[in-house]
Amino acid sequence: MSAQPDLLYSEEEEALRAAVRDLLADHCDAPGVIARTESDASHDREAWKALADGMGLAGLLVPESLGGQGATHREAAVVLEELGRAVAPVPYLTSAVVATEALLACGADELLGELASGRRIGALAVALNVAPGGAYKVVRHEGGALHGDLTGVADAAAADVLLVPADDGGLYAVDTTAATVTPQVSLDLTRPLATVTLDGAPGRLLGDAEPAVHRALRAGAGLLASEQLGLAEWTLTETVRYLKERKQFNRPVGGFQALKHRLAQLWLEVVNLRAAARNAADALTTGEDADLAATVAQAFAAPVAVHAAEEALQLHGGIGMTWEHPAHLYLKRAKADSIAYGTAGAHRQALAGLADLQAP
Amino acid sequence: MSSAEEMRRRTRELLAAHPPASTDRLDFLRARFDAGLAWVHYPEGLGGLGAPRSLQAVVDAELEAAGAPDNDPRRIGIGLGMAAPTILQFGTEEQKRRYLRPLWTGEEVWCQLFSEPGAGSDLAALGTRAVREGDNWVVNGQKVWTSSAHVARWAILIARTDPDVPKHRGITYFVCDMTDPGVEVRPLRQITGEAEFNEVFLTDVRIPDSRRLGQVGDGWKVAQTTLNNERVAIGGMRLPREGGMIGPVSRTWRERPELRTHDLHQRLLKLWVEAEVSRLTAERLRQQLVAGQPGPEGAGMKLAFARLNQEISGLEVELLGEEGLLYDDWTMRRPELVDFTGRDAGYRYLRSKGNSIEGGTTEVLLNIVAERVLGLPAEPRTDKDVAWKDLAR
Repeated sequence: MSAQPDLLYSEEEEALRAAVRDLLADHCDAPGVIARTESDASHDREAWKALADGMGLAGLLVPESLGGQGATHREAAVVLEELGRAVAPVPYLTSAVVATEALLACGADELLGELASGRRIGALAVALNVAPGGAYKVVRHEGGALHGDLTGVADAAAADVLLVPADDGGLYAVDTTAATVTPQVSLDLTRPLATVTLDGAPGRLLGDAEPAVHRALRAGAGLLASEQLGLAEWTLTETVRYLKERKQFNRPVGGFQALKHRLAQLWLEVVNLRAAARNAADALTTGEDADLAATVAQAFAAPVAVHAAEEALQLHGGIGMTWEHPAHLYLKRAKADSIAYGTAGAHRQALAGLADLQAP
Repeated sequence: MSSAEEMRRRTRELLAAHPPASTDRLDFLRARFDAGLAWVHYPEGLGGLGAPRSLQAVVDAELEAAGAPDNDPRRIGIGLGMAAPTILQFGTEEQKRRYLRPLWTGEEVWCQLFSEPGAGSDLAALGTRAVREGDNWVVNGQKVWTSSAHVARWAILIARTDPDVPKHRGITYFVCDMTDPGVEVRPLRQITGEAEFNEVFLTDVRIPDSRRLGQVGDGWKVAQTTLNNERVAIGGMRLPREGGMIGPVSRTWRERPELRTHDLHQRLLKLWVEAEVSRLTAERLRQQLVAGQPGPEGAGMKLAFARLNQEISGLEVELLGEEGLLYDDWTMRRPELVDFTGRDAGYRYLRSKGNSIEGGTTEVLLNIVAERVLGLPAEPRTDKDVAWKDLAR
């Protein structure tokens, strides 16, 4: 067996967490996030600028020589935990992790530096539900231009550049100004999807699509577990806080044993999720056992985050059903996350091969 | 004084003076105790050197490399894990000198007389009475779920010394001589067919006051030390991947493709993921302890361990199909050691049912997590200010 993964947070990682949490407290309070979902600007440009430009966090996964911060998946995971806690509508996972990983797989490119600095936002033009190793739609490369329709591309509406896989096996960079990007009405209001139509759009060849997409989706799936940890943690903490305060039958609702047990079970799930998420982040950093670690994390994380959000809704009672209360943002994100980068079932299926537990 | 180098030097001196190959096992263990290398974090003269606990690993590695005998810790777990820390913290100098050395060498096995038929989750309601007569205490009552009672020389015992005060305040902690004529040990046969545990009947057992641990009426507080150390022992385990109950079922799955069905496959993959994540959680807890940042996560480990053991062993019996209808042996035995993953799937299935009962039921542990970790309101305590003798039973 390989060396034990480092499952803790370093002091630097804790300092990073505190800084991101402070920033999000200023930029992404719940009423603001709710109001934004029905505005014309579904992405929070200001928060993104502060994260990417102000703190340099869009470049964590990019080596310093290519214009990034030269940090690792461990730090990116901490950022994602905090973004999950705030259901922040910023394209961090899609641009700074998934699109960036795809570019890293293609080798050095000036686009890497632009994404790393946050000056431009990238999106991998693969439907959000596709699992690592899963089939994805490609566009036609014909006469030096790209043609086709893609759907379910997360954060495409915020992107400046799309990374598009084509039928010749190449991955192409396409400026969104050359494409038609149409927002889709999405379950998750804070990470909206869009369709992309390419009608003879010029594309610049970056490299082979297959390994780039696989690497990008694996990192996306593995680090999504940290976002799901943040979602689950917020919903648990907020529900516990509310149930200590809310009184019915002349006592705090949180004193009823049936509810105490449910919350204790949820706490246990979150404790386990933390270990799984840290393990995935560490494995993506070291490259040791990364496929298995990301698969285990995603097979475990999605049901926990959904359970946490569903419990939050139920245990808040009527107030949790209102548009005004933020619980629905977490439920919608958690449910969408349970499909993003492959369902838990898809990851279990992959595990059958990785752990040698073959189907009948 | 307390460096790794110093530990190595002392260990080599011990090995030179008492070469394991030509030294009697017990003589070697006694010499190791006297050299302060038994548990280096214990005080000098009591098997230790007052050194950091982490240095024990240095000593153990040297001794293992030299082929030295160990004290068979699995056989004397209650003594090492529960009695010893309690004696160290609450015992008199005389008690420490009398008990700790033979406890550590395994010459004297210890058992624990805590649970009673009428005091399980509500341990503090226990009814075994200890009445003062001159320099002695006369003890009458019944204890249950006592492992090793049939081989034990000593027991740690909690008994009621004052029935007129609320339950937590009237308990006193004793060391009980298991060879006293008033002590009767009967095997308690369990659903697996064997008797891992015993019932212990105490009839006019006379315990000298010199065998009391802590003050009269402080027994509940003393017992907390014992029980906290039990939880530390459970939290310290370190497993490789597929190291627990998931191991045997995964091997059966690989080796016997004819048993596979789609339904079992889905359930196995789900449990495999949970077992792996649970293992990582235990590893994370261990790393926290090593880094000196113990978290509340330990409270949850036993909950997960119990549920997983039960679900996995249940799946395994089902996977085996016709073989799952069989059982290896119902013969009544009194095993000295317990191995949760030992024997066949049927045994594992039945034995794991106890995992959510022993060492705190799942229901009580969930209350503990809810109250101590999440800070939710405590259960109503109608017995708090009521004298023990007036409680419903």
